[in-house]
Amino acid sequence: MTELMGLLQQASIDGILAMGMMFVVISGGIDLSMGAIVACTGVMAASLAHPGQHALIVAILAPVLAGGLIGLFNGLSVARGGIPAFMVTLASMLMVRAAALGLGHGAPVPNLSRGFQAVAGAVLGPGVPCLVLYFAAVTAISAVLLRLTVFGRRVYATGGNPVAAAVSGIGVPGIRIAVYTLSGLLAGFAGVLLASRTLAGSPSAGEGCELNAIAAVLLGGASLDGGVGTWYGTLLAALFIAVLGSGLDRLHAPPSCRLAVLGLILYLAVRIGGRGRGRGR
Amino acid sequence: MNPHLLEMRGISKRYRQGPVLRGVDLTVGRGEVHALVGADGAGKSTLMKILMGMIARDAGEIRIAGRPVRFRGPGEALRGGIAMIHQEPNPVLDLEVAENVFLGRELRRSALGPLGFIDRGAMRQACAVWFQRLAIDLSPTALMRDLSSAQRQLVEIVKAVSRSARIVVMDEPTSAIPGREVAVLFERIAALRAQGVSVIFISPRLEEVFWIADRISVLRDGALVASDAAAAFDRDTLVRHMAGPEPRTVLPKAVVPIGRVVLEVKGLSWGRRVRKVDFSLRSGEILGLAGLVGAGRSATVETLFGLHRASAGEVWIQGVRRTIRSPKAAIRHRIALVTEDRQRTGLNLLGTVADNLAVATLGRCARFGFSRRAREHGLADGCVRRLGLQALSRNALVSSLSAGDQQKVVLAKWLLADPAIVIFDEPTRGLDGSARRDIHLLIGELVRQGKAVLLISSELPELMGLADRILVMAGGRLTGEIPRERFSQAQIMALASPFAEVAHD
Repeated sequence: MTELMGLLQQASIDGILAMGMMFVVISGGIDLSMGAIVACTGVMAASLAHPGQHALIVAILAPVLAGGLIGLFNGLSVARGGIPAFMVTLASMLMVRAAALGLGHGAPVPNLSRGFQAVAGAVLGPGVPCLVLYFAAVTAISAVLLRLTVFGRRVYATGGNPVAAAVSGIGVPGIRIAVYTLSGLLAGFAGVLLASRTLAGSPSAGEGCELNAIAAVLLGGASLDGGVGTWYGTLLAALFIAVLGSGLDRLHAPPSCRLAVLGLILYLAVRIGGRGRGRGR
Repeated sequence: MNPHLLEMRGISKRYRQGPVLRGVDLTVGRGEVHALVGADGAGKSTLMKILMGMIARDAGEIRIAGRPVRFRGPGEALRGGIAMIHQEPNPVLDLEVAENVFLGRELRRSALGPLGFIDRGAMRQACAVWFQRLAIDLSPTALMRDLSSAQRQLVEIVKAVSRSARIVVMDEPTSAIPGREVAVLFERIAALRAQGVSVIFISPRLEEVFWIADRISVLRDGALVASDAAAAFDRDTLVRHMAGPEPRTVLPKAVVPIGRVVLEVKGLSWGRRVRKVDFSLRSGEILGLAGLVGAGRSATVETLFGLHRASAGEVWIQGVRRTIRSPKAAIRHRIALVTEDRQRTGLNLLGTVADNLAVATLGRCARFGFSRRAREHGLADGCVRRLGLQALSRNALVSSLSAGDQQKVVLAKWLLADPAIVIFDEPTRGLDGSARRDIHLLIGELVRQGKAVLLISSELPELMGLADRILVMAGGRLTGEIPRERFSQAQIMALASPFAEVAHD
């Protein structure tokens, strides 16, 4: 039980990011700025969370909103500016990472209030870490949004064929803005959690996170062309990646080994999966 | 000893859905312009793709100058002397003409392989020689970007023949070319013929076929039904061969009383594509919109539907002036547009039948932002039954459906939105006879319900059979209006021809 919880805890922050990335990828986009947002909002949260400085809620909400704003900027640029998502989010990745370094003066920001440490560190009742609950909640909300709401259906329609979606009266720009904002919000939330968990807001946190999230989403059955993907696929893939990591750790495999195995599995999954999915043209 | 440069014998190809080519023979002589005609889906492009080695044949034999060949791709075909020029060539726009002609086999000053210095001068010179030989009035140093689409086609031709292609396949070369430039292209095709190059020419415009072709072969449902000298055909016989023995039934024209004006368009313009178009549409009426490809028919309805921002003009719906800036607004004003290109603008090919049906009515079927699938599915099932969709279920992927069923899915999507004005852009293109009839019946049912229909079709029999009035467009302008009792193919063709004077009457 504790082992399972430990594993879920490992998977939580990456899993939350993967959920955000999932919406973007299904809509036919990509968000490279997630890792940088994690760092920036982490530093921001830590700076707001020194003991006796601000109310706890400020240290949590402000960074999440900041992440959402960055996402909104990404979304507006993609949807209205007509700039490819890869370039927009690459540019904002660099700018946001720079902001993280500036905010933290290039070094991790320690000295967090106990309340803030408890945000991700607390354990509820019979050994359920808070982090796992957050992950579960984000997954549940994502699943509902994606499967049950009009918004979710429009995300699929937009990714499947944006032209047909627009002709059918779907406000494609609005959908795009929404998915990037959502991924920004979730990245901001992940930044808060990571800062709380590591007891500091580090400007170098979350490096490569976005690529892990993309890996999980693709391994979970989504396509970079958009239009396909499921919440449970993403969930399973995120858990699988965590199991893989802890399994290899237990075998005392070096970290390089973990990356190699992940890369190989991703390659094979996309190759095998991609063959069956050839688009009918 | 062998008069034929190209011989294709007994070419067959079968896909899961059924045979697409059944033992087709095609022979092309040296220096011959050979037109390949047939309805969409007759197998013309499959046949050409097999020739180019882009898809494998199931049976049959291809000989070039008597030698059997089996190409494994366009590259090999090119080395074998066959080049294909696509509808819209994709040149490197930022290179000059000569560089495009020699793309991938640049002339070099030294034998350093890919690192050798490019010999621009030699390429320009070689290019100029070809231009001279084919009497093409173009500069080898012009930038590709500055060329018109007809000129780009010419560059493609030079590229092909300069690689010593003996057979050039042209797949609808004129579809992207404005009318007056077609003549330029055709003169050059004639020059090619004089050089002993054979041309296989595919075009949906029969007048072009008669203009340029020496021989004509007609494909229908994957079989060769006629092949003879062009002089042996006239327009009617050709159309009969293409259409086949399908009974020339009178189209199921619904006769319904025509009501009041529901849509009035005044001076609608969109840049140079749509110029001051005026018309009105009444409930219960089917208004036909005729014209050649590129006449601005689609552009007109797309502007009306909010897909393009109108540069001028007014739209009145049910007597109220409306500004439509997006399809969303158009749908709100109960307009539906069944677009021409199902795959590109009509369907989400990654989705199921149900996903596609629901996409225009998601909001209406929902409560508090949650989509109600049970309700969507009920509506979807109703539609599947009513339209006689052959799909097994609403959960089938649309990409697995036949063209006819895909089109019915698009129609059903729009009918669910309960429009008052339904615009059809080439609704039966690429469909077989029975699917066509279903669509025609459905259009009749719509007007019987008091809806107004605007119908774009390039098939005059369809338009003349169904419409109450026909508007004709050319060059972005309305060139005439013909009431049902005065419908005549000749008059429509005359009004549609870009060379025709604007109707004075």
